[in-house]
Amino acid sequence: MANSVTEQIQGLWNSDFSVAYVQPTAFAGLHVLEFVVPLIIAVAYLTYAERKVLAAMQMRQGPNVVGPFGLLQPLADGLKLLAKETIIPSGANRGVFLFAPMLTFLLSLVAWAVIPVNAGWVVSNINVGVLYLFAISSLGVYGILMAGWASNSRYAFLGGLRSAAQMVSYEVSMGFVLVSVLLTTGSLNLTAIVDAQHPFWVSLMLFPMFIVFVISALAETNRAPFDLPEGESELVGGYNVEYSSMTFALFFLGEYSNMILMSGMTSVLFLGAWLPPFGISALAVVPGFIWFALKVCFVLFVFIWTRATLPRFRYDQLMRLGWKVFLPFTLVWLVFMAAVLLYNHALPGMQGG
Amino acid sequence: MIATDLLTNYFPIVVFLVIATGLSMLMVGVSFLAAKQKPDTEKISAYECGFEAFADARMKFDVRFYLVSILFIIFDLEVAFLFPWAITLGKIGLYGFWSMMVFLGVLTVGFIYEWRKGALDWE
Repeated sequence: MANSVTEQIQGLWNSDFSVAYVQPTAFAGLHVLEFVVPLIIAVAYLTYAERKVLAAMQMRQGPNVVGPFGLLQPLADGLKLLAKETIIPSGANRGVFLFAPMLTFLLSLVAWAVIPVNAGWVVSNINVGVLYLFAISSLGVYGILMAGWASNSRYAFLGGLRSAAQMVSYEVSMGFVLVSVLLTTGSLNLTAIVDAQHPFWVSLMLFPMFIVFVISALAETNRAPFDLPEGESELVGGYNVEYSSMTFALFFLGEYSNMILMSGMTSVLFLGAWLPPFGISALAVVPGFIWFALKVCFVLFVFIWTRATLPRFRYDQLMRLGWKVFLPFTLVWLVFMAAVLLYNHALPGMQGG
Repeated sequence: MIATDLLTNYFPIVVFLVIATGLSMLMVGVSFLAAKQKPDTEKISAYECGFEAFADARMKFDVRFYLVSILFIIFDLEVAFLFPWAITLGKIGLYGFWSMMVFLGVLTVGFIYEWRKGALDWE
């Protein structure tokens, strides 16, 4: 009896319909889970790492009660949020109110579909990877805008407005930085971007762009010193004031997942992702994904370090930096790079380069 | 053939989207079921530091936010034009380079105008 059931299942699994539709879906699903599960664990432990690093920088202990060295703290936090009541304010638009955190969270996950963790180790190696990333990270602003609007609360409304304006402002200079990277690689495919090796002077020209990118990434993810949207002293909690329980947790997870995403983008675009640092071939014995993880951790550490060091910007300073410093600078530098590369015949696809 | 390529490339992204959506709905749903829901009028009123909410929160806001989003559209479009230009610059050469310079020049004139008009100032 048991035999015939397994045979039936095998028969179904190997049927034409299954081979054509079910099997690819199952494999793709497994492949996606290979990314999503480590990512969620990474997000949980990033919150832990942040608290520990901040504590160390301020001569404190940090979480150390739940589990050895406080290692179970993220799980305890998650469980606490899960057991809380989901409050929906009476004036809120219920549908939009609930959809906003989900959108923020799922966008921060979906962007990982094109990030190569190792050579050929990617969910979908599409040709337009950079465009995809740019598009998904632009959509992120909708979650925040929707949350701010749907809450029908003044603090949330103002926080949402500020946050949207801030993200939008820094996205422009981020776009110019991406274009400058494309100039030197000649491809939108992220694997090809990592594999493109630059002569030293090209890397030197990209360096200011790298700095601008990291600062813009801080602003895009609403991190200190650009964390005005949740400026506690004036806006209480910004766009997520009215959120509680898992809807709040989704915003929180989304923010940290976006941080990891930005670090991943930085390491893919500028730090050579899975390639060993400085092209030292002896270091290639270490598997590529470990180099990738180390580079991501390094950028994340810089994020946290910045938070521990710098005071918060004022809103006019923030806008001034975005529109009057970064935008003109990246634009001029982009033109300069294009001209230098063109006149030195160093562009990808050029003869005698 | 192109259609198959498209499918094999983008199908995992669709699956990713479905899984991510499912996961976020699951998380909210489980907490909704697991936790006791006991709303009352005070609890679900909008937070305004303990005061009763004065009026509808969707009030007039500074026109600069609107201005910023318009400027964003212009410059983001510029970036969108630059993407294909940057990829093919090696092939289109000097002609392509100077054509783009004219385009950027026009936008820069607009940018300087905005700057002088004070559209980028916040005080």
